[in-house]
Amino acid sequence: MNAALPGAFTPAPSFFEATARQRVQQLLDAGSWREFLPPPTLASSPHLAALDMPGAFDDGVIIGAGLLGAKAVLVAAQEGRFMGGAVGEIHGAKIVGLLRRALAEKPAAVLLLVDSGGVRLHEANAGLIAVSEIMRAVLAARAARIAVLALIGGSCGAFGGMAIVCSLCSAVLMSEEGRLGLSGPEVIETVMGFEEFDARDRALVWRVTGGKHRYLMGDSADLVEDSSAAFRQGVLDCLGSQDTAPATLASLRATQKGLRARMTRFSSCRDGSEVWAGLGISAPQDVPLLERDALIGLKKGLPA
Amino acid sequence: MKLPQLLDSLFPDGHAITVSGQTITGTATTARGAVAVLGTTEGAAISHDIALTLAEGILDTIAQYPGRPLIFLVDTSGQALSRQQELLCLNGSLGHLAQCVDLARRQGHPSISLVTEQAVSGGYLSFGLMADRSYACTDAQVRVMDLKAMARVTKIAYERLAALAADSAIIAPGADNYCRMGAIDAIWEPPLAVSLEAALAEIAASKGMQDRRMAAGLARGGRQLAAGVAAAVLAAS
Repeated sequence: MNAALPGAFTPAPSFFEATARQRVQQLLDAGSWREFLPPPTLASSPHLAALDMPGAFDDGVIIGAGLLGAKAVLVAAQEGRFMGGAVGEIHGAKIVGLLRRALAEKPAAVLLLVDSGGVRLHEANAGLIAVSEIMRAVLAARAARIAVLALIGGSCGAFGGMAIVCSLCSAVLMSEEGRLGLSGPEVIETVMGFEEFDARDRALVWRVTGGKHRYLMGDSADLVEDSSAAFRQGVLDCLGSQDTAPATLASLRATQKGLRARMTRFSSCRDGSEVWAGLGISAPQDVPLLERDALIGLKKGLPA
Repeated sequence: MKLPQLLDSLFPDGHAITVSGQTITGTATTARGAVAVLGTTEGAAISHDIALTLAEGILDTIAQYPGRPLIFLVDTSGQALSRQQELLCLNGSLGHLAQCVDLARRQGHPSISLVTEQAVSGGYLSFGLMADRSYACTDAQVRVMDLKAMARVTKIAYERLAALAADSAIIAPGADNYCRMGAIDAIWEPPLAVSLEAALAEIAASKGMQDRRMAAGLARGGRQLAAGVAAAVLAAS
């Protein structure tokens, strides 16, 4: 019963549903992946053990080196199935170490496959400080003209401190299923109430934090289909066109101006569909239904 | 300490500081020369507007006063919690602020953050924790989440977390824990001006822009794994 029916349509493997290891294997050139500190090199988190919580030898993130389109890349992939991909002491230090290693190895890019709710509460202080260290390490890599790309398409999205990390990267690539935001909808609902943000309204959550919205607003440089092959092509396109120049006073002035302008322009909006109408999209209600290619075309046709 | 007293204690030689809403901007005189002062007060929740106002203050300082030190006064309850803020990618504005602090460092501006009342999560990440050195006033609160809320979210008994907090710096709120873990360099007692001048002198004498926090956490015993793991990644074949 496990054999596929003859002639049955076989969809591309979903990036959203894949494990961190599957994502890395599918993303990179076949046979090129080399994991650093593979299980069981490191002990699992003693902080989780102290709370009788199960640990993992990779602490929820795998790191290593490989080739993508024959270009050398360093990769960190968070495993959303372990503690929601949350950053603890070991988890964070692995990513920091990888980014520091990039300074010496000068890869074509560091790829961060982000799938995380943010700081791991069970090691809260260590997690928060680790996120800050990742932030500094991303910017140090970028200052050395190494591209750092964030790929967001996992089941946990990119939230909390990891969302700030994403915004520091050279570019963000998202799938429609990807979500990016600082506070998760559940947190906002818990603190501010159901009327402020109904976290169970999945369509609303996607209109506020999802890949299509972030792409239309320019917070994600590209929108890709939900497959490792599509993310792979997105990275290749990015590496071909990416300007690796680090931030300058002029570039941050320009960003500042853009962020101020859009804050003013969209200050009364509370739903993605209102923003899309403001961007000049004539049928914003159709955006959630559009295929990826149609949405790319729609964005290209928008007034500047 | 209320903000006016705090400013007088930090800058007895004079200051010209404006508080607009919960955002602090201005300049002050120290024994080591003029400094830019930027920050937040009354437990501000960092919004797009606050992040961009602070970022603008940093960019203006870089443009107009090369090398002028940046003093960040941190009193934040975290990030603004609203759908409207998230809709416009709040992480992006906080990231932009963090990038401005980093650019200032690379352009030769020393930076110091001082937690005056409280520092929480994203609000602290966006500027306080980006500074070259971080300090906290006595009694300042630093945390991701208080233990009671943490107990609710993690579904671990509060008593259990409190017992663990007694001998580990990893989960319990407190500036002293962040000090043991390497993120905060020292707790400042009044008179604050003496500590500030010593900190400015220390940064001026130190070399390099490396993040020293893992090594500090290891040396102080509060964070014993991170430095070794990062070093192992660098050495891995």
